[in-house]
Order: sequence, then structure tokens, then C-alpha cells
Amino acid sequence: MLARRLLLYIVTAWVAITANFLLPRMMPGNPIQTLIGKITNTVTPEEIRAIRLSFGLGFHQGLVAQYFTYLTQLVHGNLGISITLGAPVSSILREAVPWTVGLIGLSTIFSFAIGTFGGALLGWTRGSRLDSLIPTATFFQAVPYFFLATVMLLLFGSDLHWFPVLGAYSPTVTQGWNLAYIESVIRYGELPLIAIVLSSLAGWMLGMRNMMITMIGEDFVLMAVAKGLPRRKVIWHAARNAILPSIANLSLAIGLVVSGALLVELVFNYPGVGDLLLQAVLNEDYPLIQGIFLVITLAVLAANFLADIVYLWLDPRTRTVAAV
Amino acid sequence: MRSLRLPRSPKVIIGLVIVGFFIIMTVIGPWLAPYDPSSTAFAPLLSPSAHHWLGTTSLGQDIFSQLLVGARATMVVALLAGLAATILSMTVGIAAGYLGGWSDEGLSLVSNVFLAIPGVPLLIVIDSYLPVNSRSNFFVIGLIISLTGWAWGARVLRAQTMSLRNRDFVEAARIIGEKRTRIMFTEVAPNLLPVLASSFLFTVLYSIGAYVTLAYIGLTSTAVWNWGTMLYWAQANNAPLSGEWYWFVPPGICIALVGTGLALVNFGIDEFINPRLRAGGLTARQRRQLGLPRRIRLGLTPVLHASSKPKIVPAHAKLVSQ
Repeated sequence: MLARRLLLYIVTAWVAITANFLLPRMMPGNPIQTLIGKITNTVTPEEIRAIRLSFGLGFHQGLVAQYFTYLTQLVHGNLGISITLGAPVSSILREAVPWTVGLIGLSTIFSFAIGTFGGALLGWTRGSRLDSLIPTATFFQAVPYFFLATVMLLLFGSDLHWFPVLGAYSPTVTQGWNLAYIESVIRYGELPLIAIVLSSLAGWMLGMRNMMITMIGEDFVLMAVAKGLPRRKVIWHAARNAILPSIANLSLAIGLVVSGALLVELVFNYPGVGDLLLQAVLNEDYPLIQGIFLVITLAVLAANFLADIVYLWLDPRTRTVAAV
Repeated sequence: MRSLRLPRSPKVIIGLVIVGFFIIMTVIGPWLAPYDPSSTAFAPLLSPSAHHWLGTTSLGQDIFSQLLVGARATMVVALLAGLAATILSMTVGIAAGYLGGWSDEGLSLVSNVFLAIPGVPLLIVIDSYLPVNSRSNFFVIGLIISLTGWAWGARVLRAQTMSLRNRDFVEAARIIGEKRTRIMFTEVAPNLLPVLASSFLFTVLYSIGAYVTLAYIGLTSTAVWNWGTMLYWAQANNAPLSGEWYWFVPPGICIALVGTGLALVNFGIDEFINPRLRAGGLTARQRRQLGLPRRIRLGLTPVLHASSKPKIVPAHAKLVSQ
């Protein structure tokens, strides 16, 4: 099963890479040519040559030859040169990626853990007063991440001053491995983290609730009760089985969470990939946009693969049956 | 055949009311708008008043008019994308589930690839390359969004089709010699209606989010008013931080409400598909009428006994018969 999934991710990565190659070449209106016309004054001829080369303009190469040049560049970690920042895309990304991975990774773990736990509880106590949480949860699920983040920034950051806002650390501390800096990073990360967790929590919770209710009707749960197991154990028994589809759904969810969380960075001016992406879009910095897309896709695929490994570890059945 | 009536839980009713309200707003909103949403004839940054229910922007545009006019673009693009994505996922999902073998392998691979690529970043890349005049075109935007949103539905439909394809009625159609496309679309598809509806609502929900996101980062034409562009302008003029809540809160709340409505209706469909969920979704009053215990401790699908039930209400009788 794992080999099959890995194959899928490799194919997906290849599709994303190829789409990245084909899109600028196939789009109507020749966006790259327009772009070069616009930046001629601000960029050295050397750099324009490099941009032309990476988009295959004016070098009378066949598409296939261009494709291989592109792939070779990619293998060497060369993602082209950012038009507005004038630096290699790969080195710009190297600065931004750790922030994003830290923020989104942590918030995904938190929201998955809290949501699954809450969902199991909601499923077990279905029909009780706790059910009135469902419409509220649905509302939070439907609020765009960036809107919730804006409201929280306004309320808890600027009005109540409970959290520091804008940026990832206090401008007064020196960066590096010192306590003040680490503390500041944590303090500045709290509000964005809470915003992402609140937005993504409901999805896990509602999914888990539904799975739990379905699971509770299964015979093995009845059996567990009939044996006279304490209720805590019965719940755990059912929840362990209900959690499997949740993990299987991670592939869909991770993509959505990442897409939403990128915009939260933007609201909080968090120096991650999301903020970078907005600047790149505003400036029509195509090499940077494409580099970011590629990095996000690869990161999401890696997270998917991790989820698959966890799934395999939790569900012994998948180890013998070759089913996806 | 089972009747297609949704369970009449308050959740579903609230959901239908909300969705209905916004559909009406989509249709008549632009006519109701008191002013031209782009007109800069008024004083800038007015607070809400009788003349301007939601105040004005920093350019002196009426925010309430923008909200009413913006409903149409937001909803139309989302519905278009939802429709296109559902057609695509129905074709791919049913074909993969029914045909099996290599066709299934190929089609499943394609949908799994689309499922694994994060949709919104891909949308941003595609959209940033679009010429500006295409960005205001509802069809172009809707189709592109549907391209990133169909895969989940295809996967669900494939699984459901596989559970149907060896049923007797499909077998019978095969023996009669019906054509494969006919079996797929006239025998299998109608039985997937609840799943199709659920996947349609889900895609519409996704499309609203995707469209608003694109607009919020300035990737749709600013000539078209939608709730995302409103948020874009509010953010660009620092409305949140300068306390002009009436500028950025209403569009956000509208987006969230439409989403809530769609999700609540979807809840009802889920309960329709899955009887166990339905029993879980009964209200306290319905449960009392059915003679069920106040809290169902063990999770069996509730069974009614004649003795505990004075009068059988038809709508609830269905619950038992299944």
C-alpha cells in the first residue's frame, strides 16, 4: 500500500512540475513577454537573459529541449530568479519556509488532536445538549480563514492588546538562539496559531462525530459493552476505529488547511510563504509564484505521505491487504 | 424507491432558509441596491446611517450596495464552478467505479493526483497568468475553480458506484443489452442522487472559498464586485486596523453564513444517506414522540416497540422501516 501511495505522490509531483513548466508557455496573451517589457528599466540585461532562458523565450529551442533544461535546473535546486527581489527564488524560500512549516505544522497537529477528541465526545454524547455546538462549529468551518484572522487581530491584538501582532518576533530582540528571541517567537505565533486552529478545528470535529456515530452502531462496540467494559474503554475502542477515515481524509484536508493558513500569514504579516506569495502576485513575479507553488505542493505531498504511514501504523488490516 | 425527503430536523430547515435567502439576494440584490456600487459620489468613510446602512468606503462608495451587488458574482461563480465540477466528478467517478480494471486505475490516478495538489495555490498560479479581461469572466473563473475542486466528489462517487454495480437492477440492464453509457447515466446515476447532491453542495462551498480567496488577494478583476473584492479593498485601505468594522465585517459574515447554510443542508443529506446519523440527528422532541430514551447510551439504531409507541406518525415510521 505504501509503495502505491508513494508512486501516486511521485506522479503528482511530476504533474505539478510539468504544469509549472507548461502554464507560462501556454497561457494566452504571452504574459512573460509583457512582463519583460515592464521590467526592462529595473533589471540588468544579464538578469533579463536569465529570465528569458528560464521561460524559453527567444532562444529557438524546441519545447522538449526546454523541458529538459527546466528539469535539469530543478534538480540542481535552481528555481529561477525573483524579478522583484533580484535574488534566487530558492534562497528567498529558504528564509520563509521554516516559518510556514512551524506555524502551519503546529496548528494542524493542534487542531487535529483537539478536533478529533472533541468529535469523539460529540459523537458519543449525540442527542445531548452538546449537539447545539454543531451549528456553531459549522459556522467556524465556513468562515474564511483570513476573515477570522482579521477579526481576531483586531479584537485581541489591536483592541485588547492580549497578543503582540504583525510579524513573527519582536523587532527589539536580536535573532538567534537566545531565550528572549525564542520567547518572542512563541508570543508572536500564538494568535496566528489560534486563528488557524479555530478555522480548521470544526472540520475534524464534525467528520469525527459522524464517523463515531456510525462506529457506535457496529457490533464490536455492542460486544465491548456486553462484556461489561468500563465506558471509558468502550469509547476508546470505538474512537480508535473512527479515527481511521479522519486520517485517510488528511490528503484532502491538508491541502485546504495550507491554502487557508497561507492567507492567515498574510493578515498577520507573518514572514512565511503566504506573505511572500501575496507580494509575488501583486508584483507579477512569476518565477517566485511558481517556486512557491512547487514548494507548497511538495510539502503537502510529504505531509500526505506521513499521514499514510500513520494510517498504516494504526490499522493493521492495511498491512496485509493491498488496497488503497 | 425511497422518497427523497430530507429529514425535517431544525438544522436542515435553518440551512435551507439561509441558502434560500442568499439565492434570492443573488437574483434581486443588484436591483435592490440603492446606489451604484462603484459611484464615488458620497463623502468617504461615513459611519452607518439611514442613508448608508453600512456606511461608505474611503472612496465614498456605498458599502451596502456593494454587498447586494456582490452577492450575484460570488454566488454565480460558485454555482457555475459547483455545477461544472459535479458534472466532471460524476463522469469520472461513475465511469471509474462502473468500468473497473484499467479504466478505473487511470481515472482514479487522475483524481487522486488532483486531490493531492493543493487547490488554491494552483488556482493562484493559473489565475496570475490569465489576461486581465478573462479574470472578470464568470465562466473562465468558474471553470478554473471547478478544475481544482472536482476530485473529491469523483472519489466518493466511484466508491458508491462500485457498491451498486453488481446489484440486480444493473445486472438486469446489462443482460437486456443496454449500452454502458446508458446504464451508467440512467441506471446508476439516479441512485447516487443524494451523494451527488452532497458533493455538489460541498463543491459550491469550496468554490465560494476559492473565489473569495482569489478576489481577496487581488486576482479577480476589480471591475466586478464580489464579497472578496470588498474585503480586498477594505484590507488595502487598512479598514480593519482603523476600526471601520462596517466595511469588512458584513462581507465576511455573508460568506460565512452562506457556507453555514450549505453545510447544514449537507448535514441533512448525510443523515439521509446514513440512517445511523439520522437517529443521532433527531431532536429531543422528536425522540420523545418516538418514545426513545432521552439519551441513547449505546449506539444502536433505535428500534421502536409497539408498546412504547402510542401513535405512529408517517414521517417517523420511515425511520423504522429502514
